[in-house]
Amino acid sequence: MKHFLEVRNLSKNFLLHILNDKHIPALEDISFSMDQGEIIGLTGKSGSGKSSLMKCVYRTYLASGESMVYDSSTFGPIDLIEATEHQILRIRKEEMTYCSQFLNVIPRVPAVEIVAESLLVKGVAENEAFRRSREFLERLGLPAELWDAYPSTFSGGEQQRINVARSIISQPRFLLIDEPTASLDQKTKDVVIEAILEMKRSGTSVILITHDEYTLTKLADRELKLVGGRICEAEAATA
Amino acid sequence: MVQDNTDNWLLRVRGLTKIYGDPISNSIAYTGPKFGSNICPETDAIVACAEIDFDLYPGEVLGVVGESGSGKSTLVQLLYFDGEATGGEVYFRSFEDGDTNILRVTNQKKRYLRNHLMGMVYQNPRDGLNFKFSAGGNIAEKLLMANEFNVGRIRNRASSLLTQTEVPVERMDNAPATFSGGMQQRVQISKAIANNPPLIFLDEVTTGLDVSVQAKVLDLIRGLQQDLGISMIVVSHDLSVIRMLTDRTMVLKNGRIVESGLTDQILQDPQHAYTQLLVSSLL
Repeated sequence: MKHFLEVRNLSKNFLLHILNDKHIPALEDISFSMDQGEIIGLTGKSGSGKSSLMKCVYRTYLASGESMVYDSSTFGPIDLIEATEHQILRIRKEEMTYCSQFLNVIPRVPAVEIVAESLLVKGVAENEAFRRSREFLERLGLPAELWDAYPSTFSGGEQQRINVARSIISQPRFLLIDEPTASLDQKTKDVVIEAILEMKRSGTSVILITHDEYTLTKLADRELKLVGGRICEAEAATA
Repeated sequence: MVQDNTDNWLLRVRGLTKIYGDPISNSIAYTGPKFGSNICPETDAIVACAEIDFDLYPGEVLGVVGESGSGKSTLVQLLYFDGEATGGEVYFRSFEDGDTNILRVTNQKKRYLRNHLMGMVYQNPRDGLNFKFSAGGNIAEKLLMANEFNVGRIRNRASSLLTQTEVPVERMDNAPATFSGGMQQRVQISKAIANNPPLIFLDEVTTGLDVSVQAKVLDLIRGLQQDLGISMIVVSHDLSVIRMLTDRTMVLKNGRIVESGLTDQILQDPQHAYTQLLVSSLL
């Protein structure tokens, strides 16, 4: 059967030339597959390779290994290790979104505009994009007086909400999301969890990194535990 | 870099080379990052850049980073015909359907390419603007060169461009010398996009501006790219500028591309020793 994503024997080594060609192995022999609409929870201690694996899928990191075949809606099955840069850019624009732990934006762009931009690039009309962005920020409990402010002055939790909002508002086909609930209160956490579940129901596949047992239990269909850059054999079903 | 086989490119550059002085066949072989030098040991010829290959796609923003003297400004100057390439081929989809090497066309055609199909924003506004003309006059000059002679239309276009780049229109008839550095850059940007070119070059556009003005200029460039879909080559030694503006990045050292890739990959998983050093020096 054709999987949504099938990773085979993926490895990642960092070769640091400025430290006398020191090798740092980050991931070793990673194999797993996931189906459309599935949410995989990546867990493990800090430094176990969770973010590295996510970045390999997004191609921020150049991985090595056998293959990482993604069933793209644009290109059909495509090996993300071998795909050209332009193919990756197109997949990122139209299908795959990466939500990092930290908000990283152009300075002096208002919060609501940052969120609306994810919709604008997908061709949503301006009025509609801003209306939906305000609605979503309201749902996430971001005070209305902050919508037109610049996020660089926001608190950690407020920045986190902008970051999550811009990543999930456009309902990408494939979402890579790193610690979405880390600095949120229980109520906001539930809103984010519900929004991700809504996406799942409409077919979005998710790779989720979390340290939060609650978020993991609520969201993940399956847990993939990393220990020292390898998948831990005891792979537990959580849902 | 994984090369694309598709022919969807807007600009295709192959083997672009610029050598000052007396090159011999070994000049290229004996210079470059391996030797840590651009200077040919036998003839003292300076290899400013050599064997540059890349494709730029429509709507794409390509970053060029490197230290002073790495050849990054030379690269865009050759493409904008500010200097004459020693060798190489450049094809531009918007010109004769990309079938002609634009480095080898007549000067008249090069002028046409510069005035109709390309724009340039220099680090120093004095290179891009005529300080004897008003801000509006500078834009008019670019429009005139593209055969727009109607004074009314020129004025309208100039004022709409200045509005678009947030230069107060009432300053249109003032000389750029009376403008702040950030405003001068915005006039340069107006001029560069005056004839709706599919491609513009930006050479260290925010260098020397204070941070609040820098943010504004960056936001302007990003907005123009999104609204107009212009392809851009952005030269900068500032990795934050590269991170914010570009999709892909090429790293130059001693006139050669040492590494190229998706911008986030270059910044977070650099492969070449020089790029690793550059990224680890980021503030």
